[in-house]
Amino acid sequence: MGQGPLSLELEIPSDIGYIEDVVAEVVRRCEAAAFSGRHVAFHIPVALTEALSNAILRGNAEDASKSVRVRVRVDAHALVVEVEDDGVGFDLEACTLDPTTSDNLGREDGRGLFLMRRLMDLVEQFRARGNVVRMTLRRRSSDDRAA
Amino acid sequence: MSFTVKKAGDVTVFEVEGTLIVGNRQELKQKVIDEIEGGARKVLVDFEKTTYIDSSGLGVLVSLAKKIRETGGDLRLANLNDDLQTLFELTKLDTLFQISESRGRALESF
Repeated sequence: MGQGPLSLELEIPSDIGYIEDVVAEVVRRCEAAAFSGRHVAFHIPVALTEALSNAILRGNAEDASKSVRVRVRVDAHALVVEVEDDGVGFDLEACTLDPTTSDNLGREDGRGLFLMRRLMDLVEQFRARGNVVRMTLRRRSSDDRAA
Repeated sequence: MSFTVKKAGDVTVFEVEGTLIVGNRQELKQKVIDEIEGGARKVLVDFEKTTYIDSSGLGVLVSLAKKIRETGGDLRLANLNDDLQTLFELTKLDTLFQISESRGRALESF
C-alpha cells in the first residue's frame, strides 16, 4: 500500500473506526519528513480526522459497500493529502459555516470544514472517480500559523 | 484512548486519555450522561493526557454542557495544552466554557 516514505496510498472501509490508524500513519510519515511539532501534533491530525469523518459519514453515509481512498504526498515544500469518497460531492464554500458567530457558537455541529480550512493552507474539493477533498499544508519554520 | 471517571468531593472528573474524536465521542457522552442521571451536577473534563480533539469531540462537549446546565449544574474544563487551547480559541469555544489551567484550580472554581 505504501510507495516509500514520501508517498502513501490507502483504501479503507466506510467505518470511522479506521480513522485513528490512518491519521497515525500519516502523522508518522510527516514526523519522519521533519514537519514541525505543531503541524504533526495538531494541524495534520485534526484536519485529516475531519476530512476522513466527512468522507465516511457524509460522502459514503457509512455504506459498507463503499470505500475511502487516501493519497498522501510529502516533499520538501508541503504535505498534500487527498481524501476521496463515493459520494456526490458538496459545495465547499456553501457548506463552510462560521461556528464562531453568536448564532452558531452553541451548535454541536458545523466546525469540521471550518477547522480544515483554518489548519491547512489550502482546501480544495473536486470530482474525480469520486468526490475528492485535497488539503495542502506548506512547511514553515514557525509553528504559530493558527495562533 | 480511554476515559476515566473519578470523584473529587462533589465534583465528577473525567480524564480523557488520547483522542476525543468522532470514533469515541459517544462513549464519553454516555459516561457523562450516566453520571448526570446518577445525580452529578459538577462535572470537570481534564485534558492533561489528551492528544487532540476534532469537531465531533467539541460538539459533544457543547452538547453535554447544555444538558448539565439544564439540570442546574455546570461542566468545566482543565489542562488544555497549547494546541488544544488554540483549538478552543479558533472556534471561540473558550468563551463558552470555563477553562482552568490545572485540575486543582478547576476544582477550586466550583
